[in-house]
Amino acid sequence: MSTQPGSSTSHYPAAAVKEQIVHRTLSVVVDNEPGVLARVIGLFSGRGYNIDSLTVSETEHEKHLSRITIATMGTPMVIEQIKHQLERLVPVHRVIDLTETGRAIERELALIKVKGKGENRVEALRLADAFRARVIDASTESFIFELTGKPEKIDQFVLLMAPIGLVEVSRTGICAIARGPEEM
Amino acid sequence: MQKEMTGAEMVIQALNDQGVEHIFGYPGGAVLPIYDALFQQEKLKHILVRHEQGAAHAAEGYARSTGKVGCVLVTSGPGATNAVTGLTDALMDSIPLVVITGQVPTHLIGNDAFQECDTVGITRPCTKHNYLVRAVNDLARILHEAFYIAGSGRPGPVVVDIPKDVQFAKGMYISPRSVQHKTYQPKVKGDIAKIKQAVELMRHAKKPVFYTGGGIINSGNEASVLLREMVKLTGFPITSTLMGLGAFPAANPQWLGMLGMHGTYEANLAMHDCDVMICIGARFDDRITGRLDSFSPNSKKIHVDIDPSSINKNVKADVAIIGDCAHVLEDMVRLWRAESVQPDKKALAEWWKQIDKWRGRKSLAYKNSSESIKPQYAIQRLYELTKGMDTYITTEVGQHQMWAAQFYQFQEPRRWMTSGGLGTMGYGLPAAVGVQVAHPNSLVIDIAGEASVLMTMQEMSTAAQYDLPIKIFILNNEYMGMVRQWQELLHGGRYSHSYSEALPDFVKLAEAYHAVGIRCQKPGDLDGAIQEMIKVKKPVLFDCVVDKTENCFPMIPSGRAHNEMILGDAAESLDEAITEEGKVMV
Repeated sequence: MSTQPGSSTSHYPAAAVKEQIVHRTLSVVVDNEPGVLARVIGLFSGRGYNIDSLTVSETEHEKHLSRITIATMGTPMVIEQIKHQLERLVPVHRVIDLTETGRAIERELALIKVKGKGENRVEALRLADAFRARVIDASTESFIFELTGKPEKIDQFVLLMAPIGLVEVSRTGICAIARGPEEM
Repeated sequence: MQKEMTGAEMVIQALNDQGVEHIFGYPGGAVLPIYDALFQQEKLKHILVRHEQGAAHAAEGYARSTGKVGCVLVTSGPGATNAVTGLTDALMDSIPLVVITGQVPTHLIGNDAFQECDTVGITRPCTKHNYLVRAVNDLARILHEAFYIAGSGRPGPVVVDIPKDVQFAKGMYISPRSVQHKTYQPKVKGDIAKIKQAVELMRHAKKPVFYTGGGIINSGNEASVLLREMVKLTGFPITSTLMGLGAFPAANPQWLGMLGMHGTYEANLAMHDCDVMICIGARFDDRITGRLDSFSPNSKKIHVDIDPSSINKNVKADVAIIGDCAHVLEDMVRLWRAESVQPDKKALAEWWKQIDKWRGRKSLAYKNSSESIKPQYAIQRLYELTKGMDTYITTEVGQHQMWAAQFYQFQEPRRWMTSGGLGTMGYGLPAAVGVQVAHPNSLVIDIAGEASVLMTMQEMSTAAQYDLPIKIFILNNEYMGMVRQWQELLHGGRYSHSYSEALPDFVKLAEAYHAVGIRCQKPGDLDGAIQEMIKVKKPVLFDCVVDKTENCFPMIPSGRAHNEMILGDAAESLDEAITEEGKVMV
């Protein structure tokens, strides 16, 4: 039974075999107090979790509650850990996995600056119309579009604008809510 | 009760109302108002340490040995940063602490003021929770919340950072009774349906094992009593992590010894081969599991823990019960009795036969010597000569810590204070100070290594000042022994910087600290020297000069499974010169 130590000179066991990666959107209701966002972000960076998108704002002023929406990814085991670790933070009231409930609506807002003249300008407007993007600023050689929708729709719009004269993009990150009459 | 007072007075009042008798601290500019309030009262005793890390470890020892929340008071900047190691240690080992730090006045925060640091920023990842008190009227509530959070659920350290102007300001004090936390309400009762499921699994188990941890100790003495009852009722074998030693008496025949990297052969093989594992208050740490994909491959796992994030973190649980160990054990015992559950006795008898075979390998055996003191022998003698006494043991980190865990037999909870999760060298001496403060008439021994103990040696001065007769039992092999062992086994014997050159003369050092120094070099002198140490009513540095090259076995090399242990006797069999008589079997 006794064996000689092998080639492993590490003090630690090897990394686990990779499982399938899943994407999740979590809604986190927190006390709106100083440092609460730092606690959440610090948890993600400290434990090596991913943040694909993060939005935060106060949602119930009189109760001092904020809602943080986090899009993340990881193995199912890691996702479970993320939820439990978030719940462990003292100012966190609730953590809801909106993807798991399967009845969530996700939206994102983007501001997109496009430069161009002549035919490119016309094409940009035509595409914007098709995507129901609004022009919120214009100059003789540029537009700024405002577009709301699923993240994939915004990705698609940005992709189409690239050859026309895309200058820059600013996006809010995902904001999400569950369907139906119930409070989460 | 509502009463107007200054912030500094509130701190004292809140500590009194929380039942704090001792606080470990070190003054400085940003806590002077609190020290002034301390000066003007006599109820709360302050223990002046020599370094803030020492204060935090002393409070840990105090907390661990009493079950109360340990309390620390330090200044801003370096005071706070020096306490960070102790905070992290307490977080990893789930020790309840409230650490009050001074801060520069509110109008200077963010200004790079003298002795300013971002204390809440620095301590956020190494505390269970922390607070910066911005207004004096929040102070009393925050202090009471801090004690509640530190001590409830899975315990941990809480920092309260108080700017100097808030300490001077006057405000309304409120009593603990009027404070209730909004969100933090840990669940203590386990789901009864899950507990039934667990009992059902246990009833049909053929090769069961209890695997318990520090959660039993934290849950309180009641949990240990219930655990003993449960183990007796079922007739199952039991092993424990480093942190859980003492929850179950080592003298009991159902005890397999500690498990994990330096655990016994029988404990680790029972874990590997079992069909039902009942994990209570332990967290499947990497020192326990070894290689994860071959960890106990054929067992159903029951996991009881108060912290939901411990469940399914490393190892998937088949039955997960979230709740306090004592509450869950109480329900388990009740169900087992009420339904007069009978375990599979025939299968159990077979299982014990197998376990006895493993025990027969005597995995803790070592070759004794009449020339030099073997470290294992030193701890065996220390145990034999102190076992009837009211003894508390602390340790530093390294080989001596593992030998202490293997050879010192703990029969009761709260008698064993060690740095498990963080592995902090320098923990044991200040922890012994804290334990001795809490138990002035008990025998408190720090089983130490000469390298570790030098990291916090300055706390001998604290021991001398407060007449704390702590005994520092140094297994001196002139090496960072565990580092040397790994270098021997895994790095081709290249002993890179693990030899302690120019060690101090520990006997003279003891005298310099107004303590007593004892040196022992021969096995024959050991008993007499230990008895002398016990008799002395002063702090003692005991320089036990031991074999320099002894390794700590058994050992599971990292990345290996439980059934791939290296045993000490295997190494011995290579050496033809040593006869069986020369071996001391334990």
